[in-house]
Amino acid sequence: MPEFRLAVNGVMRTVNADEKMPLLWVLRDVLHLTGTKYGCGMGLCGACTVHLDGRAERSCLTEIASVGSKQVTTIEGLSVDSSHPVQRAWIAEQVPQCGYCQSGQIMQAASLLKETPHPSREEIDSGMSGNICRCATYQRIRRAIARAAQEHQA
Amino acid sequence: MIATPRMGRRELLKTGAALILGVCLPGSNRGEDLASPTSSQFAPNAWICITPDNITTVLVEIPELGQGSRTVDAMLIAEELEADWATLRVEQAPTDPAIYKHLSTGGSGGTTSCWTSLREAGAQARELLLTAAARQMNVNRRDCRATQSTVVHLPTGRRVTYGELVGTASQLAAIAPASVPLKQPDRFEIIGKPTPRVDTPSKVNGSAIFGIDVRLPGMLFAVIARCPYFGGKLASVDDARAKALPGVRAVFALPPIDSVPTWNLHIHVAGGVAVVADSTWAALEGRRALQLTWDKGPGGNETTASIQEQMRAQSLAPATCVAADRGNVEQAMSSAAKTVEATYELPFQAHATMEPMNTTVQVREDGIEVWSPTQIAAETQAEIAALAGVAKEKVTVHVTCSGGSFGRRYQWDYQAEAWQVAKEMKVPVQLLWSREDDMQHDFYRQYTFHRMTAGLDSRNQLLAWKHRIVTTPIRSVFDSAESLRDPKHVASQEIGGADVPHYAVPNFHVDYAPVQSAVPRAWWRSVESSFNAFANECFIDEVAHAAGQDPCAFRIKLLDASQAQDQQDRDQPKKTDAAKHQEAAAAASAVNNRKFQTVLRLAAEKADWGRPLPAGQGRGIACHSFAGSYVAIVAEVAVDADGSVTVKRVACAIDCGTAVNPDGVRAMAEGGINFALTPVLSGEITIADGAVAESNFNDYQVLRINQAPEIEVYLVPSSEPPAGMGETCVPPVAPAVANAVFTATGKRLRRLPIDPSLLVTKSQAV
Repeated sequence: MPEFRLAVNGVMRTVNADEKMPLLWVLRDVLHLTGTKYGCGMGLCGACTVHLDGRAERSCLTEIASVGSKQVTTIEGLSVDSSHPVQRAWIAEQVPQCGYCQSGQIMQAASLLKETPHPSREEIDSGMSGNICRCATYQRIRRAIARAAQEHQA
Repeated sequence: MIATPRMGRRELLKTGAALILGVCLPGSNRGEDLASPTSSQFAPNAWICITPDNITTVLVEIPELGQGSRTVDAMLIAEELEADWATLRVEQAPTDPAIYKHLSTGGSGGTTSCWTSLREAGAQARELLLTAAARQMNVNRRDCRATQSTVVHLPTGRRVTYGELVGTASQLAAIAPASVPLKQPDRFEIIGKPTPRVDTPSKVNGSAIFGIDVRLPGMLFAVIARCPYFGGKLASVDDARAKALPGVRAVFALPPIDSVPTWNLHIHVAGGVAVVADSTWAALEGRRALQLTWDKGPGGNETTASIQEQMRAQSLAPATCVAADRGNVEQAMSSAAKTVEATYELPFQAHATMEPMNTTVQVREDGIEVWSPTQIAAETQAEIAALAGVAKEKVTVHVTCSGGSFGRRYQWDYQAEAWQVAKEMKVPVQLLWSREDDMQHDFYRQYTFHRMTAGLDSRNQLLAWKHRIVTTPIRSVFDSAESLRDPKHVASQEIGGADVPHYAVPNFHVDYAPVQSAVPRAWWRSVESSFNAFANECFIDEVAHAAGQDPCAFRIKLLDASQAQDQQDRDQPKKTDAAKHQEAAAAASAVNNRKFQTVLRLAAEKADWGRPLPAGQGRGIACHSFAGSYVAIVAEVAVDADGSVTVKRVACAIDCGTAVNPDGVRAMAEGGINFALTPVLSGEITIADGAVAESNFNDYQVLRINQAPEIEVYLVPSSEPPAGMGETCVPPVAPAVANAVFTATGKRLRRLPIDPSLLVTKSQAV
């Protein structure tokens, strides 16, 4: 099997895998970074969201061969101590219930705020509408993103 | 002697605060165990363990599915223990049903089931710590007070921490938990305060361990190709291509399992072909490479249309079971000045938890180890032991975090499958269901149909109420043929929430008829209340409009009237035992009616009930009682000319007794309301040729953030014991929205999900 060198959370990792293997399974089954979740395998739910060079991408649709030199950031690497403004806002607003989708939600929200530092309610809804939460913590997700944006402003 | 919990191979798991059991072995030093004078822990009961570093470890039995049980249970203990919340560590209790009686949870019963026992456990530990402190400081116990994990000697101000008392306390004779008085609600310091959840930190950094996250040395990954047709079976398999793929380790057929030995219950393990590989991806690729043919089996012709046809027929056929009969409905209907009739229909719904079903199993010579996201840990242990033919003690079940459940994880199918696969391998195997597996092999909410008739007298008073419930019942999926001979048993999980009238009506008849189906069904968040509340609360709304009355005022008046009627019953002269029993029931019913009225008035007031809205918008109201809680909901909708419905705002009033963690109650309300909107707006599982047609979130469309309304939650203050909240807010949502759509458009929704084409305004229909 081909060998790939991946920059994951700032560390170079060597992985032997089928070139079509989605990044999701490389992270979870090969590198044991299980914070990134499987939800649908078709880019429909957002549970597998990671950052590639700082932008939110669905890792279930990202073949390992396509990653190249892009920096991969997972929930484990968003901050070392849960201090990212989005993580702090998620705690302050007590967003998670079961918590399964929240890695993807947080990675999506962090990317949204990078591109749109002060999103309107509509921008939050459209930026987050690709991420499903079956516990349906949506009202708190909206509040947490607004809080993180405000903190950024302060 | 209470056994010490097994440590098992827990230490092999990657770090995750939610799973790792520390050094504490609660229950290991009780009064009779005085042999060791240098105890390093004080563990007076199975839930509490205090160590010299002044850390209190609390072991929580109820599996955490997202409902916040870990936090609530820790609060109950900490309240009576007088523990410093910051010194608490919360862990999942080991699956040892001999010690722990609440390792399984359902029916929104987690908090109510532990309300007394966990406070008693905290109080017992506190009393022993007070005795230990008095002995250690050589002072009068009466002068000591416990607060913030410290005992203070009030006259001198001397303090000693719980950690410093471990040695002394662990040598004291045991006291009975129930002998210690519990606090009165006015002295609560933790219960009733919004408290951040103990599992939140692990759920914002990826460290919480769900079933799918279990990683063990040498483990393999598996998926199963199952027959898509319910009741069908494997006809042929060609696995040559699959076996040749890199990473695929084994491919083998799995037999179906019809029942668990010693259990008088069916189990739905369809069998199929297992593919075991080095990674989940390789297993999925291996499965794709299989050449499979299936026998459709006896259910192969079933379709949504064939079910609908049977539903309609059974709504007019003789009932198999009368659920309630009061007065004389037929006579009252014939004398009614006006009758109202309607039918309602609700299709199958999937649970679609975000974490698909999975379980990891290792079968070894000396025992079986199971890691599972489940809400029934004790049953999982018993099931695997029965299937493997070993003693329960040989099966260790580790309960992981669950990525949602909504009733799905009350099933034991996926654990049995994981054991089937793992016993063929020498290493731990994680069985994962893909999203498609999960969507197409769920245990769905029943398909239901409701035929309703009401009679009004000449003064528009409600005279009679008749409700035929038709469903594909749950019981016949699991229960023995013998128990299913009793039609009342078949109906027992179909009629709740409809068989007791909370609105005053002198003539009342509810009956039931089943429809057979090969589609597996089971408990779906709020079970029968999710459909009976829809029928009842839509229909009472239709009756209110037929009577020319405001639907909120009409409900409140009927709740008053039913009190008057109960009073009338009470005033009857003879007082037999039956009459006294009736009297008590009537008194309880009057209290319940007042709770209904309170939440209706509160929700209506907060939602600006009665204030005009622009054209195309409307409000609807509904109420329901579930697990001892009372809920009223007002939904505000906007309907566009193209018939699309937006739920803009939902106001929710709740009386759930004591809200142990009010922020947790609000979270359950918000989540429950949103969850209930999926079947209203878009969710439907359809059957084609004996199989589920939907396969993923593209065709089973669940609520997304851009569809989520503004939600306001109002709690009625209460010092009564807590009632259930996990499912409670689901039932009134669908009828409130449907009633709001009627206000907005004048059109009744009698089948969900909403078909926008029925709501298109004329000018658009061209």
